[in-house]
Amino acid sequence: MSMPQSQSYLYQARDDLRTEPRLIRFLIIAIAMIFLIVFVVFPLALVFAQAFSAGIGAYWRALSDPEALSAIRLTLMVAAISVCLNLVFGLIAAWAIAKFDFRGKTFLISLIDLPFSVSPVISGLVFVLLFGAQGYWGPWLQSHDIHILFAVPAITLATIFVTFPFVARALIPLMQEQGTQEEEAAISLGASGLQTFFRVTLPNIKWGVLYGVLLSNARAMGEFGAVSVVSGHIRGETNTMPLLVEILYNEYQLVAAFAIASLLAMLALITLVAKTILERHLDEGQRPRDH
Amino acid sequence: MTIEVKNIVKKYGAFAALDNVDLKVADGELLALLGPSGSGKTSLLRIIAGLDWPDSGEVSFDGENALVHGAGERQVGFVFQHYALFRHMTVFENVAFGLRVQPRAIRKSEASIRARVKDLLDLVQLDWLSSRYPSQLSGGQRQRIALARALAIEPRILLLDEPFGALDAKVRKELRQWLRSLHHEIHVTSIFVTHDQEEALEVANRVVVMDKGRIEQIGSPGDVYDNPATAFVHGFIGESIVLPVDVREGSVRLGGKTLNIASDGAPSGASKLFIRRHDMQVGPSGSGALEGAVRHVRTFGPIQRAEVALSGGESETLIEIDAPRDRPLQTGDLIGLQPRRYRIFAG
Repeated sequence: MSMPQSQSYLYQARDDLRTEPRLIRFLIIAIAMIFLIVFVVFPLALVFAQAFSAGIGAYWRALSDPEALSAIRLTLMVAAISVCLNLVFGLIAAWAIAKFDFRGKTFLISLIDLPFSVSPVISGLVFVLLFGAQGYWGPWLQSHDIHILFAVPAITLATIFVTFPFVARALIPLMQEQGTQEEEAAISLGASGLQTFFRVTLPNIKWGVLYGVLLSNARAMGEFGAVSVVSGHIRGETNTMPLLVEILYNEYQLVAAFAIASLLAMLALITLVAKTILERHLDEGQRPRDH
Repeated sequence: MTIEVKNIVKKYGAFAALDNVDLKVADGELLALLGPSGSGKTSLLRIIAGLDWPDSGEVSFDGENALVHGAGERQVGFVFQHYALFRHMTVFENVAFGLRVQPRAIRKSEASIRARVKDLLDLVQLDWLSSRYPSQLSGGQRQRIALARALAIEPRILLLDEPFGALDAKVRKELRQWLRSLHHEIHVTSIFVTHDQEEALEVANRVVVMDKGRIEQIGSPGDVYDNPATAFVHGFIGESIVLPVDVREGSVRLGGKTLNIASDGAPSGASKLFIRRHDMQVGPSGSGALEGAVRHVRTFGPIQRAEVALSGGESETLIEIDAPRDRPLQTGDLIGLQPRRYRIFAG
């Protein structure tokens, strides 16, 4: 007779362990929300408020300024080049690491992570040391009239360096989890290496690829430190959007600075939404294949 | 298509996955590679398929060296343990894959690819699933689709890695019979790997028993069961009673007591006596080579399974025997046991 009673007791005890009292739950959520509002939502809103503080006409003028247009163009071009190259490098690196066993594999993995652990300023300085007038290859480049430092090539190289890990990092765990059986099946059915890659491997990792490209693109457009060191800040030529924001801000052109900043903020918001959508697709793709 | 494997060695570091393996497979045969995990059976299958390469040795198909060809050129149908269906393709596209990736010069027209895929799906009785994705299929259905996909390229050899390993017992039983009748129908030389002796004995024409990278015995299912060549085979296939005995000048001794059985030419020294559970003749006490007390009896179906403590010897030895139910045993009975058939192996 006492059994059901003691059992319901047990359930209740377990319920209490699982969920906190309502007041504490409310407090925890409130603290998190306040933190997010103060440190994320409020600054973001401020960026847009400042950008439009002198009216939409001023905002538009700031964006259509030749220097601003040049910065936007340069940023888009650098991002496009570095994302494309990193897509190829990242795919190759992830493919090699996930599908083959070879000597020095762990070394390669930590090498891929290197740009994450090195300060961007140092990443930029490396290129100065290589291509600068006093640098390693500097004299040779100068004598052949090749401009790398303080020009678009160095900006692109620095951006590639900083954004290299994103695609590979997004793909390695995904490809490792998927294993090599589908590729083996394709090969044994007579598919060539390229056919196997394009018909079997790539469709299986496409969401991961998009995810890596998205993050890599966001970082490429927003990169400040490494690019700042190698850019030379030549107005209308080697200023990317983040660099221009700093220059305008230092010259007290607040509306113009925040107008450009608002574009970068918009990019961040779009990236966030796209990332959420992609993560949902990735979760679906990773459902175990048996059962 | 005949397959011949000669002196195959495959090492992973110091571990020899395959240690000098020789095997001949006749045309149209359905062969089982049977062994515990780590016995090298899957390594051998993958080498025949061209998915792995041996360190040394030869593989030839119809007398022609196969090792110069990659997996794609060997025209081998391989069914993977976990099916390895292309998860982003429908069932139809999975089966069509091998036909679609053929070089343009020999590729069939879209219409004949469709017709061929439909035939194959009919063959595995799953044409109604053709627009589904692999994740929407049951394990048994995936298995049959994987088989249809492998058959699409008109393989000269069919290789199956643990084909029923990931399925539940009932489906497994159905698929076994189905595989055997399918083989009867298409008659392509087939090898399948299994760790399940029942599966090997029931499905295959011939069984290859492997252990530690070596072939222990090759024979018909009846042969490996009734005449095991080594202690390993006797212990691995079917349930056995194993007793540590001492063979001395033709007499067999257990725990210092001479048993009333012939040594059958076994060499002198420490040996193992193998007896099938059902090959133990039960009689009244004093009637057999062994004596024991019944500890526990369970009856099911036509037999009673008794746990018997053998008397004599320093430590107590418990064995399980299967006896017909015509003479009911009871806990505490003292009985005599006489092996009808037995084998003695050195070691």
